[in-house]
Order: sequence, then C-alpha cells, then structure tokens
Amino acid sequence: MTDGAQDMGGVKGFGPVKPEPNEPVFHGEWERRAFALTLAMGKPGGWNIDMSRSARENRPNDEYLSMSYYQIWLAGLETLMKERNLVSDDEIEAQHSLHPPKSLPVLSSDDVVKTLHRGGPTERTPRAPAQFKAGDRVRMKTINPPTHTRLPRYVRGHIGIVERVIGCHVFPDSNAIGKGEDPQWLYTVVFDGRELWGAEAETGTTVSVDAWEPYMEKAR
Amino acid sequence: MPGHDHDHPHDHDHSELSETQLRVRALETVLTEKGYVDPAALDLLIETYEKKVGPRNGARVVAKAWADPVYRARLLKDGTPAIAAVGYAGRQGEHIVVLENTPKLHNMVVCTLCSCYPWPVLGLPPVWYKSAPYRSRAVADPRGVLADFGVTLPKDTEIRIWDSTAEIRYLVLPMRPEGTDGWSEEKLAELVTRDSMIGTGLPKAPKDLK
Repeated sequence: MTDGAQDMGGVKGFGPVKPEPNEPVFHGEWERRAFALTLAMGKPGGWNIDMSRSARENRPNDEYLSMSYYQIWLAGLETLMKERNLVSDDEIEAQHSLHPPKSLPVLSSDDVVKTLHRGGPTERTPRAPAQFKAGDRVRMKTINPPTHTRLPRYVRGHIGIVERVIGCHVFPDSNAIGKGEDPQWLYTVVFDGRELWGAEAETGTTVSVDAWEPYMEKAR
Repeated sequence: MPGHDHDHPHDHDHSELSETQLRVRALETVLTEKGYVDPAALDLLIETYEKKVGPRNGARVVAKAWADPVYRARLLKDGTPAIAAVGYAGRQGEHIVVLENTPKLHNMVVCTLCSCYPWPVLGLPPVWYKSAPYRSRAVADPRGVLADFGVTLPKDTEIRIWDSTAEIRYLVLPMRPEGTDGWSEEKLAELVTRDSMIGTGLPKAPKDLK
C-alpha cells in the first residue's frame, strides 16, 4: 500500500531505538507458532512473497502501528487464507474445521530443509537491455499506485546516482497483485543525505535503495 | 479489512495477548485438521530458526574473511556463492551482498518498508530491527541511531545506509579488531557480534572476551 504506515523511512516521532539485551528468537510460544504457520502455509496457499508483504501492510495505519510484528504476520496470513477460502471466521471461532478442505500440496517435514535451502531467488532472464548504467544520474519518479510498491516515499522525486546494475528481478508492484512477475532491471541507487533531508542532514551520509527501472527516469 | 476487528489492540495488556494466543492456537488446529499443515514441519521450522540458523553463521563467515584474504576477496566480489561455500544459503538469503567497513566508510543496513534481513547468516531479525524507531530513523539520523546503541564513530567516517527495498540482502563485514594477529577463525568468530554485521555495532575487542 503506497504511503501506508509501513513506509517509515524518515518519519519523525517514533522515539529512540531500544535494543533488548539477550533477546530471545521468539517472545513466547504463540510467536513460534505464528512464524511456523506463516512459512508452512506458503506451499498450500500458493501466494508469493510480494502478496504476503502486501497483505501485512494493507491495513489502517493505527492498526499497523499498534500491532507487534508477529501480530502483523498473523493478520496477513489470515487475510491471504480468507481471500482463498482456505479458512473462515466460523472455523476460527469454533476452533475446528467445519468445511471440507481443498486438495492442496502440503509442506511435509521431509521437505522443510530443502525448501528453506532453495528459498525463492528472484533473478530472471532479461527481455531487454538495461536502460541505465553505473554512474547515471536518475530521478525517482513520483508515483502513487493504490497497490503495493517498494519505492519508499522518502526518495520519490529525488536525484541519485546509479551505483550498480544488480540484474533483472521480479517486479513486486506487479507480482503482489497477481499480474505476474514482470521482471525488471534492478539497480542500487545512492543518494546524498542532503538531497533527501536538506541542510540538516548529517554530513558525509549517503543512503541507497534498490530500485526497479519503472521507478526511475533519467535526471536532466 | 475483514476479520481483524477482533485483533485490534490499542494497548498490549494481558487479555489482548491471550486473545492473540488463542487465535494462533485456533488457526493451528483448523489448519492441521484440514491437512494444510504438517505439525512435524511446524516444529522443524521453529527448531531450525531457534537453534540452527542465527548470527553465529554470519560470525563464521566474517571470521573466515578476516583470516583468509583470498576468501575475503571472493566474499566481497560475490557474496552468495562465497557464503554458500561455508554452508549457508536459502530463504531470505538468495542474493547476498557483503559490505566492507573501512576506517573511512561505515555501512549500516535497514529495511524501512518491512523487515528484510539476511536469514541464513543472521537468523531472524531482533524486535528493534523491525521497530518503527529503527526503520524511520536509520536513513535520516544514522549517528543518532548509533548513539542509541552506544556507538560513536569518528566525525570523518562516512556513513552509508543500505535500505533493503528489494530481495538483495546485505551483510556488513566489520573491521578486524586490533590485537588479533595469528588468531584462529574460531577465536576470531567470538569477536563478531550480530549488531556488527548489521552495522549498528562494532565487533568486540580482545579484552572483551572472558
């Protein structure tokens, strides 16, 4: 969701970072289960990572900001499952399956290690040459799609330098809404801190994002 | 936004927490009854990220790079295969780029949009990495964020923030501490902290080891 609460870069007022000494991997059993259910349901659910991110962030700002991270994961998982009629509210309420299951592939314990090891590489064969090269000055477009994007608002409209042509990668803006992978060239674009934050920026600070070609235009 | 009114905590008191706990339990029961999840797979997923995959993996990679200049060059040139050669690969580490800290340049990694983090080498991210304060301030006030971690860098050190907006995952290669000549990789790995591989911390000094 463009400009949603998840798009936090540069937003003021969240206070100091509070690292937790000797933090455990999970804070309580329900986090373990929420994490594992989310990973395991990827196979029968058939959604992709961009759909998952979109489902997590696509909620009212006050809700997003008041939930813990695994609560957000859980809510995203419920959204994805309900969209596909895999589970319904009456079943959650009853704490039992009330409707016949669909026939779906399942992540078995035998498959866990190799599934994790395989992961989900996003590099694809390019269909066209890259439009930009290292050293090019580019401006991030001002775009406001109503759906998922990975162009953070704090760089929109700003000029940066292409530092690296990463390769051709799955385009989340398309993949998140079921319109296919539509692979696009991906670049590391670096910005001077003053370009983003003005004279108040700390000197000697640069910030980079990884940006897909449709987010960028040549800077004059 | 169907189905979330129940789970809309404006504060985090115990009843809200137990509501979430009940919800997770109900979901797990329903999904297991439907045959959509294999309970043994759930246990193995949890065990993997709680016991096997964590920052000790990344520390081994860093220590190897400190000890072996040929490996270091390979790691910086193409992180993913060099890290796979040590045995770490896969989910949320499909495309890893390693960032070298120097006296002139300090790298720090964030994901302003969610919580992207190099799982195979660092495990799952800590709460602060996923929190609004870190995600909002890292890109605009990096020295302030470093101060929250008790880290002060020299004034003339340039700071580079890497916002993980795509599927590229970043691992910081911190500077090898002084006074460690001739150390084994195993001993060097003890100096490598999780935060030093994110860029919010520095490695331990030899005197910090007990």
